[in-house]
Amino acid sequence: MSELSVPHLLGIKYLKPADIQLIFETADHFKEVINRSIKKVPSLRDITIANIFFENSTRTRLSFELAQKRLSADVINFSAAQSSVKKGETLIDTVNNILSMKVDMVVMRHPNPGAGIFLSKHIKASIVNAGDGAHEHPTQALLDSFSIRERLGEVGGKKVVIVGDILHSRVALSNIYALQMQGAEVAVCGPKTLIPKHIESLGVRVELDLDKALAWCDVANMLRVQNERMDMSYFPNTREYTMLYGLNKQRLDRVNKELVIMHPGPINRGVEITSDVADSDHSIILNQVENGVAIRMAVIYLLASKIK
Amino acid sequence: MCSFVYRGTASIMGQKILLSAQEIHIILHRLACQLLENHLHFKDTVLIGLQPRGTALAQRLVKILKEDYQQEVSLGFLDITFFRDDFRRSDKTLTANKTDIPFLIDDKKVVLIDDVLFTGRSIRAALTALQSFGRPDKIELLTLIDRRFSRHLPIQPEYRGRQVDVINHEKVKVMWAETDGQDAIYIVNEP
Repeated sequence: MSELSVPHLLGIKYLKPADIQLIFETADHFKEVINRSIKKVPSLRDITIANIFFENSTRTRLSFELAQKRLSADVINFSAAQSSVKKGETLIDTVNNILSMKVDMVVMRHPNPGAGIFLSKHIKASIVNAGDGAHEHPTQALLDSFSIRERLGEVGGKKVVIVGDILHSRVALSNIYALQMQGAEVAVCGPKTLIPKHIESLGVRVELDLDKALAWCDVANMLRVQNERMDMSYFPNTREYTMLYGLNKQRLDRVNKELVIMHPGPINRGVEITSDVADSDHSIILNQVENGVAIRMAVIYLLASKIK
Repeated sequence: MCSFVYRGTASIMGQKILLSAQEIHIILHRLACQLLENHLHFKDTVLIGLQPRGTALAQRLVKILKEDYQQEVSLGFLDITFFRDDFRRSDKTLTANKTDIPFLIDDKKVVLIDDVLFTGRSIRAALTALQSFGRPDKIELLTLIDRRFSRHLPIQPEYRGRQVDVINHEKVKVMWAETDGQDAIYIVNEP
């Protein structure tokens, strides 16, 4: 297959396995490009992209912007904090105003689940979901799988445990879809209060004991506790969370096997992961960040080639 | 050598043979000698084959230079997909191939190698793409087939295998023993 089956990247759920394969193969080429001394290609000279962020972001926004600039696209950035959204403008009005400036693609992060899907039904532009509430964060899941593939050769057949705040995590949901689509086994691990009810119906294992989960898996993806999304107390205190679900050197040594440790960032050092683990050879956290640019270049390139 | 037997016969399945395996063999040796004549020891010269179809030709030339003339030549492969000027103009998404240039081209003499020179647009893209790898001293172009009268850009090869006049709807198909089972060049009629 040489093109994506979808005109937007709204979530991993809407992709086919061949789409993921194509994105990875394209990202391989872009990874070679961004390691040249001149890291730029002129493919998207005639494309304008708006990055619309209704929620805070550092790494995702920078990674998208860098990917767009490496492809020579024109980029405009918009963050809700300094905009007319505060004056009461609706989402469609905001985006339509931006689109009347002849924008071809919108990369959007929004606190409401489904915001990208809603937008795709109302506007003419290619949409990339950069995170919609606790729903999906497709480019993060793609770069996570791409990093596993880079480290372990392939994703299929691997056992991956996602640890932490699954309830509030869009990264977890997108990762579950992406990993399963590629034939990996997925488990989630965390305090019962932070595991969504009925998550087993997605075909994932639920493990409440981190040591057992680590003994089972090849890859551990450590998530951050998203305090900003918590409307109530889900566990007694941070210290207890760290004791039960924090990954530290002792825990890792006890497992006594070559685990791959991931984290989508930002890290709360000493809470879900200690520094000696985050900075160890097991960790591919910084590879994830580098691969993020290549993956986003691939997604944008493949979507832009469908804009006629 | 069966392709040699068919030489000159009228179209077989809408295609006629332009060069046989034996003719290709002779031309490749001549091109290798011409490269040798202009570059002598290849100390400051690198060969770069264009993906996807120029790489086999480049590998052949490197092999001849090594086996028959004892020359060690640096060889790289360049993919130009992201530098093409027809992005979004064609119906299909352009898929890339691997770029592998394991050396710097700063102050080197670069010989770009492609199988067929047609409009010149691929070479234009390759010239832009090469800028990412340094500032070469000089860039030359070697092509096995030069389709005359069909250029869109002012680009001409320094080394050419055979110059042909082909009408626009005809396609030149280059086949290599390594990938296609035989060395042969056909002109294919594509209505």
